[in-house]
Amino acid sequence: MEFYGTQLASRLMLGTAQYDSPALLAQSVEASKASVVTVSLRREAAGAQAGQAFWSLVKSLGVHILPNTAGCHGVREAVTTAHMAREVFGTDWVKLEVIGQGDLLQPDVFGLVEATRILTEDGFKVFPYTTEDLVTAERLLKAGAEVLMPWGAPIGSGRGLNNIFGLRALRAHFPTIPMVIDAGIGRPSHAAMAFELGFDAVLINTAVAKAGDPVRMGEAFRLACDAGLAGYAAQPIEERDMAVPSTPTLGLARGLAVE
Amino acid sequence: MTKPKILVRGAGVAGLVTAVSLADRGADITLYDRAGRIGAGASWQAGGMLTPWCEAEAAPEEVTRDSANSIAWWSAHVPSTTHNGSLVVAPARDTPELARFGRRTSHFETIQGPRIAALEPDLIGRFERALYFPSEAHVDARKALTTLAERLTAQGHTLILDGPESDNTHFDWIIDCTGIDAQDHDPDLKARLRCVRGEMLLLRCLDVTLHRPVRMLHPRIPIYIVPREDKVFMVGATMIESDDNRGMTVRSITDLLNAAYTLHPAFADAEILEANAGRRPAFDDNVPRIRHNGRHIALNGMYRHGFLLSPHRAQQICDIVFDTAA
Repeated sequence: MEFYGTQLASRLMLGTAQYDSPALLAQSVEASKASVVTVSLRREAAGAQAGQAFWSLVKSLGVHILPNTAGCHGVREAVTTAHMAREVFGTDWVKLEVIGQGDLLQPDVFGLVEATRILTEDGFKVFPYTTEDLVTAERLLKAGAEVLMPWGAPIGSGRGLNNIFGLRALRAHFPTIPMVIDAGIGRPSHAAMAFELGFDAVLINTAVAKAGDPVRMGEAFRLACDAGLAGYAAQPIEERDMAVPSTPTLGLARGLAVE
Repeated sequence: MTKPKILVRGAGVAGLVTAVSLADRGADITLYDRAGRIGAGASWQAGGMLTPWCEAEAAPEEVTRDSANSIAWWSAHVPSTTHNGSLVVAPARDTPELARFGRRTSHFETIQGPRIAALEPDLIGRFERALYFPSEAHVDARKALTTLAERLTAQGHTLILDGPESDNTHFDWIIDCTGIDAQDHDPDLKARLRCVRGEMLLLRCLDVTLHRPVRMLHPRIPIYIVPREDKVFMVGATMIESDDNRGMTVRSITDLLNAAYTLHPAFADAEILEANAGRRPAFDDNVPRIRHNGRHIALNGMYRHGFLLSPHRAQQICDIVFDTAA
């Protein structure tokens, strides 16, 4: 899989927030074999230099870093945060979040398109956190995004893939755009399903960080991603309304069981 | 055996508890703090919650295990220690957080509306369900630190808070409890210790009475409110991976006040007495460590468990000094 020309070994991406300790975060990333971690500049530190200790820990994980603009509610705020992140982490990747609604932490898709355009012009490689909406996806691609990150369900809700019809349609309309299901995944089976639908990667934070045993859950997600990916590649059977016996019924002594 | 002469550097909770524990065992203590007062670091902003079982929600097992005798230690040394348990609640929309908290902790009862009202009459009708940890306790952090310092002075030990550190060559042991400041004189800690910024508010609210610490769960902004004397409430605390040493931010004040208001609307009319920030020293597993090298012992990385874990770690230091390790 490739994002903006960078080859990645694993389809699993992990967020770095909410772990009980940095040590637990490091062990979970290791167990999950994630190839990318996201890190929030804004929530973790009040100033660019002040979070150095934590950011050094994140850098030492030895995986790609995708800084995010989590918690930004406006275009300007998100753009400023992205610039700060580029300085701190020395990467032009940015996971762009522009939040429009406090309760569902739903993306403000209008602000998102605008911020994507500005950041692309500034040389960023933008990973926009969006909904499954087709028109928004088209506008984001026009604005310069080459990767899309549609939600499965609201951030932290653990509800899985809320709108499978919509996600299928999105996948079908943009078959060559790398797409990451971001937000809402609560269980390994949700991640497997994302791959079965043909998505390229999943990004998970709360489901691992807040699990009873985050390290084991990291491993469980690694296995689920592999299973989903292999299942998609192996072309699943079509669904049917009627049962189809897997052993032939021809010649079954139909009358015998009955009196 | 002659009385060992011990210099304890740092008069925060780790230093004071260590000094008092060593004094209890017969040591001759000199306690020094370069800041010119006790509790100049993170401890002064602490909640003072003695809640070993609640802490299991986000701390490794050893934190709960090592804090088993903590409540008894504080009761023995600080008479104002309050044994009223603690309460954990969640707003209706965040009840999954309550289930998660209960799954990760022990020694609590799940209680319903009427029982909540009996324990905390001011919370009547506000929460349908709560977790009640009856064996937990709390202290007023600042008062407790002051009590320990007074105890040392009364017993004839030396507190140096207003001058340069005395010549340390004649001490049998030197114990470093300087928290985040230890980074200034220890290159190893400079690399391994980090700051977790915490911010807190002190409110005076005449219309609310609470008898025990109340934690209110939230996926992003969990808070606790600890009642102090005279209608004062300590509201804490943020957890930010940052060594930023500025005062409290508007965002954090807004978050904590919103949460306090959710717990009880009467907090809207509370007077804001203080808004403060502190930096918790922490290792990467958030567990405090003791290092021992010759006559030097260092205790650091208390994270948010200074009051909870200092008695245990001080006991370990006593075992090194008096060679009584099991």
